[in-house]
Amino acid sequence: MKLREIQKKLNLNVLTAQDHMETEVHSAYTSDLLSDVMAHAQGGTLWITLQTHQNVIAVAKLKELAGVILVNNREPEEETRNKAEEENVPLLTTSENAFHISGKLYRLLGIEK
Amino acid sequence: MKNKENVLSQHYEINGGDFSNAGNISTQIKETLKELGIRSSLIRRAAIAAYEAEMNVVMYAHQGQFQFSLTPSTIHFTVKDLGIGIEDIELAMQEGYSTATEELREMGFGAGMGLPNIKRNSDQFQISSTPGKGTFLDIFFYLNQREK
Repeated sequence: MKLREIQKKLNLNVLTAQDHMETEVHSAYTSDLLSDVMAHAQGGTLWITLQTHQNVIAVAKLKELAGVILVNNREPEEETRNKAEEENVPLLTTSENAFHISGKLYRLLGIEK
Repeated sequence: MKNKENVLSQHYEINGGDFSNAGNISTQIKETLKELGIRSSLIRRAAIAAYEAEMNVVMYAHQGQFQFSLTPSTIHFTVKDLGIGIEDIELAMQEGYSTATEELREMGFGAGMGLPNIKRNSDQFQISSTPGKGTFLDIFFYLNQREK
């Protein structure tokens, strides 16, 4: 499913990289540990986290993630927003917590084992 | 960038505490490997190791040098830093062990996965350190080897 469609269905706010919302998203990864995301997230994944600092964008860029969802109404730091815009990483926010947004995305992407 | 006898080599300087540029070296190396058509599974492993090595310098050292070289058979990183060094390397290699400050942990660093991630993703890895002086990492990836 395209990131744009996910954003609309889950009512996410798009803060950066508006023109990079056509990426195909296959999965998501929920974690607040950067090394964990480095080790385990795959390309084309949406990263769900509460971390708001700029190193999140470095990881997202390096792992070629589809985008980052900040939970609990968290606002990114200004450098984070600037870097995300510069590196074309879509940064999205939601008022939901990590559990709820992960669950909704899980269902939306039809990931069942 | 130098090209000599089929060897590509690039030198980078890292400043300790420079979080605003952290990750740039790994990203550049990854781009270079992509342009050269190195297979993606190997690029993925090299990028993880480069990132963790780069972050360790940013988090724990005053200053560091990252040397990247590519030959027809290997990708080679050496990372040398001036910093606090590591007291007990065996302990530092254990997943989950970290000496990160509370502040770094709140940022999502200090998972104790850095060195283990480097070891797991590389084909050959050596580490040596002098407490109070600094740390040296020697990391290799073999281009002509079956995937581990």
